[in-house]
Amino acid sequence: MKIYNGGPIFIGIVVFLAVALFPFYSNVGKVNAKPEPKTDTPAILEYEKLNGKKECVESKEWMRGEHMQLLNQWRDSVVRDDNRGYVSTANHKRFNMSLQNGCMQCHSNKKKFCDECHNYLSVKPYCWDCHIQPVEKEEGKS
Amino acid sequence: MSMDRRQFLKYSGIASILGFGASVASATNLITGKQLLPPQVDMNKEALRAKRWAMVVDMSKFRTDEDFQRTISACHTIHNVPDFRKPDGSVDKKFEIKWIWKAAYERSFPGQENPYMSEHVKDMPFMVLCNHCTNPPCVRVCPTKATYKLADGITMQDMHRCIGCRFCMAACPYGARSFNWVDPRRASNLDPAKGGKVNNEYPTRTKGVVEKCTFCTERLAVGKMPACVEAAPKGALLFGDLEDPNSEVRKIVSNKLTIRRKPDLGTGPAVYYLIGGGEHA
Repeated sequence: MKIYNGGPIFIGIVVFLAVALFPFYSNVGKVNAKPEPKTDTPAILEYEKLNGKKECVESKEWMRGEHMQLLNQWRDSVVRDDNRGYVSTANHKRFNMSLQNGCMQCHSNKKKFCDECHNYLSVKPYCWDCHIQPVEKEEGKS
Repeated sequence: MSMDRRQFLKYSGIASILGFGASVASATNLITGKQLLPPQVDMNKEALRAKRWAMVVDMSKFRTDEDFQRTISACHTIHNVPDFRKPDGSVDKKFEIKWIWKAAYERSFPGQENPYMSEHVKDMPFMVLCNHCTNPPCVRVCPTKATYKLADGITMQDMHRCIGCRFCMAACPYGARSFNWVDPRRASNLDPAKGGKVNNEYPTRTKGVVEKCTFCTERLAVGKMPACVEAAPKGALLFGDLEDPNSEVRKIVSNKLTIRRKPDLGTGPAVYYLIGGGEHA
């Protein structure tokens, strides 16, 4: 079999693959640090001491997957229907549907709790354009 | 594989039925599935509730400029309303955001002035705010339903939905709405770098949205009266349920002569003004 202009074609293919696969081979062997959100704020540790366990609005696994829908639902409920109480299906406790006055009261470590995963996944929610994030003491500035 | 026209139509018909069925199934799963339960609502026990919130402004109780300033600043501090100043310290009207403010009589009640009216009324500033109209033009014009009526009569807005078109500002006959031309957090009273301080219990707004008074829905929900009502001189601002015949606002509105701003426009404002003086109900 004879390939016309074989030389330039093969060189072209090699160059193309080198460019196209650059992101893959340049990252081979480099392990991406897994995001490890922290739930070790004073408020949570205090809660754990009193109740013997850490508890969120819903189960940890559910929150991990669905917190964004939950937050949207809370937002619509509070803003549009003026309903501000949420009863957990996990522990039947009542929670104040509020980001600043609810979630962040326990999870006062936005950097290690929210940003840890959001940065890893390059998700940029616009919550903090308006909502005020808690002041974080460690790592200086917020 | 060759396919004649009849077969092709048959297969594509079956395929579209299957596709439609799958989308219906996934949609019903989204709605009824265990994934996300509808919020189980539990209203706060202390929440103040009403069929129709309304306010009576008794102008005789506002005596000094300090009374006005205290009322305005209570509202604006709690709600993180930016205060943009020019270098000389005066209010920068271009960027001004106001929820509750002072306005002259002829601006508040145009068409109701006459050349012989008392100097006192003519020169007195009036406490004005969003009227939470029964038939609000701002709600009618909003293309995204970012502003809407709550069941208790409050004209509320959803900052998440506001696209900043400013139709509501054009529609509002009371000038109750303000647009955020710049990031409100840059204002000297909110930016920590400029010595400002935010209220951590309430959000700020962002650049490009319209805002106004909310009759303090967030305070009513925890059983508190609106911030202005608490800060104003005693009895100057009265807040209550207009539909409740025993409420203070209803008694005043029923027994005294009160006026509203531009009622002839048919918006049905819910802020009533008691101009005269003396004691009331």
